[in-house]
Amino acid sequence: MTAPSLPDDCVPYLPRGVRLHDDKVRGIRVLLAPERAISLDPVGDAILSELDGARTLGDLIAELAARYQAPAEQVGQDMREFLTGLIDRRMVFLRESGARGA
Amino acid sequence: MDDIGGHDILGNPVSARAPMAMLAELTHRCPLACPYCSNPVELTRVNSELSAAEWADVFQQAAAMGVLQVHLSGGEPASRRDLAEIAASARDAGLYVNLITSGIGLTQARLRDLDAAGVEHIQLSLQGIDAEMADWIGGYTGSFARKMQVAEWIGEIGFPLTLNAVVHRQNLDRLPEMIDLAERLGCRRIEVATVQFHGWADLNRRPLMPTLEQAAEARKVVNEARLRLRGRMVIDYVPADHHATFPKSCMGGWASTGINIAPDGTVLPCHAAQTIQSLEFDNIRARSLAEIWYNGRAFNAFRGTAWLPEPCASCDRREIDYGGCRCQAMALAGDPTATDPVCSRSPLNPVLKAQAQQDAVSEDVALVYRRMPKETRA
Ligand code: SF4
Ligand code: SF4
Repeated sequence: MTAPSLPDDCVPYLPRGVRLHDDKVRGIRVLLAPERAISLDPVGDAILSELDGARTLGDLIAELAARYQAPAEQVGQDMREFLTGLIDRRMVFLRESGARGA
Repeated sequence: MDDIGGHDILGNPVSARAPMAMLAELTHRCPLACPYCSNPVELTRVNSELSAAEWADVFQQAAAMGVLQVHLSGGEPASRRDLAEIAASARDAGLYVNLITSGIGLTQARLRDLDAAGVEHIQLSLQGIDAEMADWIGGYTGSFARKMQVAEWIGEIGFPLTLNAVVHRQNLDRLPEMIDLAERLGCRRIEVATVQFHGWADLNRRPLMPTLEQAAEARKVVNEARLRLRGRMVIDYVPADHHATFPKSCMGGWASTGINIAPDGTVLPCHAAQTIQSLEFDNIRARSLAEIWYNGRAFNAFRGTAWLPEPCASCDRREIDYGGCRCQAMALAGDPTATDPVCSRSPLNPVLKAQAQQDAVSEDVALVYRRMPKETRA
């Protein structure tokens, strides 16, 4: 594992073909992607639910740290690790701050 | 979603959890004739295919049971003119909709309809890296050029794309070029699957069986490409069974995660299950999907591990591979309850390995193509 090094000003987003889903039968939240369905714990769900394709990673860290009253450093590390795993699997995409478009 | 269940083939009680995925074989019709097609050797005729309305009902039932993803497949799903309508009904049911296609029969207009219908991902099959190889394997002149055109349209619309490369002795040496092609086409994934030698492929073992050297080289190519392409493209690789020490896991266990619906509504634990002729399979036209999944005899037949014979019964890998593939046990041992002969602990393994090596050095390049029985077109 390389240390996650996502910059604060990148904008993570769920690309086309990847989406969150309410699995009512099992009572869980899942991430649906090509050939994959990943069940999410509340933390994973909270992170991915915030990805709106507009806010930067830095914004999201601040937002979640405030909501869960946790140190931003810890939240940042957890988020970077979680997102890096999904980026490697092509389930989360990144765009440089500012630029829009899928 | 509580466990409900019946009995395995020996009468042991078994239970099942909710299914996750469905493979919907919309038709067995296909313009190509790949000699390793996973469809049964007995193909379903057009006039017994489920209607779009019947598929819509199947998808509603599936979603209510907990199925999350549906793979629209065939044959060639585009051979059905009502494909977009079927896709839309799957999406309406709340399912994640994946289309598995050769691309032949898709036009730009049809792809736009599929986009509007809510298709979320496309898997495009690849028979070879150029027209010469691909058209020969697919048995269809012009298929490669057509496919490349379709890939371009897919990119323009923006569907996420996976290239499904089926590899064997005739094309495995060109794996690096296949990976490059996937990259050029902007694929998020490439699936490199060695031919599974059941059904049609079993008739073509001599021309298609990879050599040990090829398999080892392919492994190296995949490992190197995974490093190089990390974060850009995912590579899923299914090596050749016949060269392995242990069998591949039967999909988390027989009838544990997926449901396969054949074009005529026969409900199967997996695409190859009909090769096990001692099992009787229910049809969705006669029973509900839930009843078939939880109580159907074919589904319960090999659930769990209690039915496993020796050497599996006392093997520490039995919860990992569930004794391997039932259909392969049927094909190679003539007994669906046998240890998968691909396993090095199977008494049949030495014979199988010797046969595979012999097939791999065969100079035979004559292919037995998949063919539909003659019929009047609907
Ligand atoms: S029996 Fe074989 S083909 Fe069927 S699901 Fe298991 S491994 Fe796959
Ligand atoms: S003996 Fe059976 S359980 Fe053990 S590795 Fe072989 S197939 Fe799997």
